[in-house]
Amino acid sequence: MKKLLVFFSVILFATSFMFAAGQVEIFSWWTGGGEEEGLNALIELFNEWYPDVNVINATVAGGAGTNAKAVLKTRMLGGNPPDSFQVHAGEELTDTYVITGLMEPITDLLAEWGISDKFPEDILSICSYGGEVYSIPVNVHRGNVIFANNAILEEAGVDSIPLDWDGFFAALDKIKEAGYVPLALGDKNKWPATHLFEDVLASTLGPDGYKGLWDGSVSFDDPKVVEAVEIFGRLMDYVNEDHAAGTWQDATLMVQDGRAAMNVMGDWAEGYLKTLGWTPGVEFDWSVVPGNEGIFMVVSDTFGLPKGAPDAENAKKWLKLVSSVEGQDTFNPIKGSIPARVDADKSLYDVYLTWSMDDFATNALLPSIAHGSAAPEGFITALNDVINAYVTDRNVEKCVDGIIEAAEDNL
Amino acid sequence: MKNYERIFSDSRFQTDLWNTLYFTIFFIFGCLFLGIILAILVDSKVKGAGIFQNFFLFPMALAFVVTGTVWSWIFAPGILPENPEGINLLFNSIGLSGLEWKWYTSTDSFINFNFALIPVIIGAVWQMAGYTMAMYLAGLRGIPSTFTEAAMVDGASGWQIFWKIKFPILKPITFSAMIILAHISLKIFDLVYAMTGSGPNNVTDVPSIYMWETTFRANKYARGSAIAIIMLLLVAIFIVPYLVSSFKSNKRA
Repeated sequence: MKKLLVFFSVILFATSFMFAAGQVEIFSWWTGGGEEEGLNALIELFNEWYPDVNVINATVAGGAGTNAKAVLKTRMLGGNPPDSFQVHAGEELTDTYVITGLMEPITDLLAEWGISDKFPEDILSICSYGGEVYSIPVNVHRGNVIFANNAILEEAGVDSIPLDWDGFFAALDKIKEAGYVPLALGDKNKWPATHLFEDVLASTLGPDGYKGLWDGSVSFDDPKVVEAVEIFGRLMDYVNEDHAAGTWQDATLMVQDGRAAMNVMGDWAEGYLKTLGWTPGVEFDWSVVPGNEGIFMVVSDTFGLPKGAPDAENAKKWLKLVSSVEGQDTFNPIKGSIPARVDADKSLYDVYLTWSMDDFATNALLPSIAHGSAAPEGFITALNDVINAYVTDRNVEKCVDGIIEAAEDNL
Repeated sequence: MKNYERIFSDSRFQTDLWNTLYFTIFFIFGCLFLGIILAILVDSKVKGAGIFQNFFLFPMALAFVVTGTVWSWIFAPGILPENPEGINLLFNSIGLSGLEWKWYTSTDSFINFNFALIPVIIGAVWQMAGYTMAMYLAGLRGIPSTFTEAAMVDGASGWQIFWKIKFPILKPITFSAMIILAHISLKIFDLVYAMTGSGPNNVTDVPSIYMWETTFRANKYARGSAIAIIMLLLVAIFIVPYLVSSFKSNKRA
């Protein structure tokens, strides 16, 4: 019996190679819960569309792709690129790979498939450099969201999450009086504090001012940057004392188990709350960060086409799949993110994601700093340091100086 | 050269150096002190000494990453005073709530010694004290019983035997233990990284974490290698005299 099985699997293996018109190697760090299932569903769909192409699923495990990025850098520089790889839209793509001349532009492909206008302009511009598009956004996470424990809000007498800072601070005071931690934060890994800071920064500068920081039209010594630093400092009066001991999951968990009222995090926290057994709109509510109305902070995974890809034709098939409505609607409901295309099928997504999709189609889309889209990685590391020190010493002047220095050094 | 100027004027790197200094001092003396006490206890043939000898060695068999994670749970402060966690919860429930403290999230310091380092030092000492004990134990077992018997005949007290006979004989062991512990402490990365990260305002930051972030996060290879060179020099300060002296004594033999 065993022998028979081995025999059949050998036959299967051999025929799959004989009939395959080729292969395509897809590189990503999607190995976590939800992500891996999403990727597998995509690969399955690919096999349906192109049964004669064999997908090699090259994943490298490791949170936020830290390990994968190192492997990818080595392969790209060593002239052994995968056929297509996952990369965050923005500087992580352009600064590291496009400017160094390692990517093929895919503007023509988008035009050929007639989907150039199916993505919001802002997000395509994040994926572009010098007028050419270099990667296709597959999914979109939103960075500037507050998640709140409804029961605590009710007990503290807060009807809804206020959308302006004065109202927000008043609500925080009420929650504090009711005996709960108003705002949960877990900044052991530093970036969650930066994540909160970038949302405050977007609220004081507005979408145009925030974009201006990166093209140089707005300087970092702008009074509105100082204002953001001050507001951020005031917020730090309301966070849990042990914020330096936890991660973002710990902070989200504090909201879920009733110790803290609110948490500012990207909407991967929504997926986490759902896995903890909560239903959006029932146990928890959400809102944009105060002053962020009409702003959508984008964290997006994209796929591009490296120069010298061994199976470029098949890689294009892969790109066509991930850019299609069907591909995006297969992947995103499983991963818990929204599709980058504006014409996707909304009925597949939950209430929160539908809300997010509506905003995505109409809001100004801003690149996130903390997640590598807005600025080179050197700036992010320096900013993380400055914010980390500021959380403790609250020296506004030193913080602003530090930000300016980081910008001069890296931008 | 600019990179060196840059890192030495960086407040984070200065904190790192102070942290390393204090961490090294407390870590080495903590390990030596605990190590020799454990070694004497195990050597004194108390019942069950053999079992305890193994227990004391177990921590060394664990990776720093694992112990770091566990210690980070133990010393997680929770929200004081209502919601203590970890060891604070223990203090709270046995009526020692006066000992509740912010542990590694504390940002207080005394002459540049960040108190947040204390939990990290405790964790590191816990892990390496067993190893020091093993070294001392080997030394103690190597002392011929004729020495101690002769001293006892001369009417020396137990304390005198230890201090005047055993300790001098153990000197080379103390020396090599110090060297080994010093280089571990100077390049420590995994324990701190898993346990506390850099901490608020870098209170528990060490050069190796800074080096790693500069090089592999920020893509600033030049500045990262400057930090690495300084770490190499620091380790060399300890290791080179040791190598020289052991080389000399080998020659003599």
